[in-house]
Amino acid sequence: MSPVLITFYFLAAFTLATAFLTIYSKNPIHSAIYLVLCMASIMGHYLLLNAQFLAIVQLIVYAGAIMVLMLFTIMLMNLNKEDEVHKPRITRLGAIVVFILMSVVLITIFINSKTIMGEYDSTGEDFQSIKVLGKVLLNEYMVPFEFASILLLVAMIGTVLLTKKEKEQK
Amino acid sequence: MIENILNIIGIENYIFLTVLLFCIGVFGVLYRRNAIIVFMSIEIMLNAVNLLFVAFSTYHQDAEGQVFVFFSMAVAAAEVAVGLAILVSVFRNLGSIDIDNLKNLKG
Repeated sequence: MSPVLITFYFLAAFTLATAFLTIYSKNPIHSAIYLVLCMASIMGHYLLLNAQFLAIVQLIVYAGAIMVLMLFTIMLMNLNKEDEVHKPRITRLGAIVVFILMSVVLITIFINSKTIMGEYDSTGEDFQSIKVLGKVLLNEYMVPFEFASILLLVAMIGTVLLTKKEKEQK
Repeated sequence: MIENILNIIGIENYIFLTVLLFCIGVFGVLYRRNAIIVFMSIEIMLNAVNLLFVAFSTYHQDAEGQVFVFFSMAVAAAEVAVGLAILVSVFRNLGSIDIDNLKNLKG
């Protein structure tokens, strides 16, 4: 076993375990902290695939911004207690059945689509450094890039409108 | 060494990992009643798909998969901001964020 393969298996086990603990732990604060660890391990996968730009963006956007937002919301609503009632047993059993069936079906589909995927050929050409990615983003994908900024602006205005307290109606 | 990473690890391992991660997300949406945990499960699903995008971008030696992941991250950030704002106003009106309490539209 090469060190790369050992790193991959360790990271994969860590990702799956923290993702499962996110769902399983009763306290929402613990869930949020496990989710931060899950996002950080996914950043490790990006680094392993040599996608430097996305690794940094993953750390800033997911592990930074989104998780701070979620933790703030949890504390704002004072949810850090473990009083959640479970769903009925039949629903939980259904969830487990859906989990197993969906994994089997998706894995079978992807493994059998090997002939459509084509062969992996490593040309050694640079295609994912920040320099190349910036050129692709600002030449071919210029218009979607600008629309993303409009989307973020609209989301910001919408959030402010939604959380604003309504005036007393007289 | 690092250029032929997929020769060492293999695309199948990435497919197994991302499919399992996605299914854990689906499981979380179905299993929990707390709306914030449901939100976190949706984030897990989005991340699984992003990881598969990056793996196939390396597989085909093409940068466009990574550009797509960048846009999906922007959309995810907007989605979380709006979704949490909706949760805050739901909490203000109902006093809890149990998704089983949200059945006023049920006929």
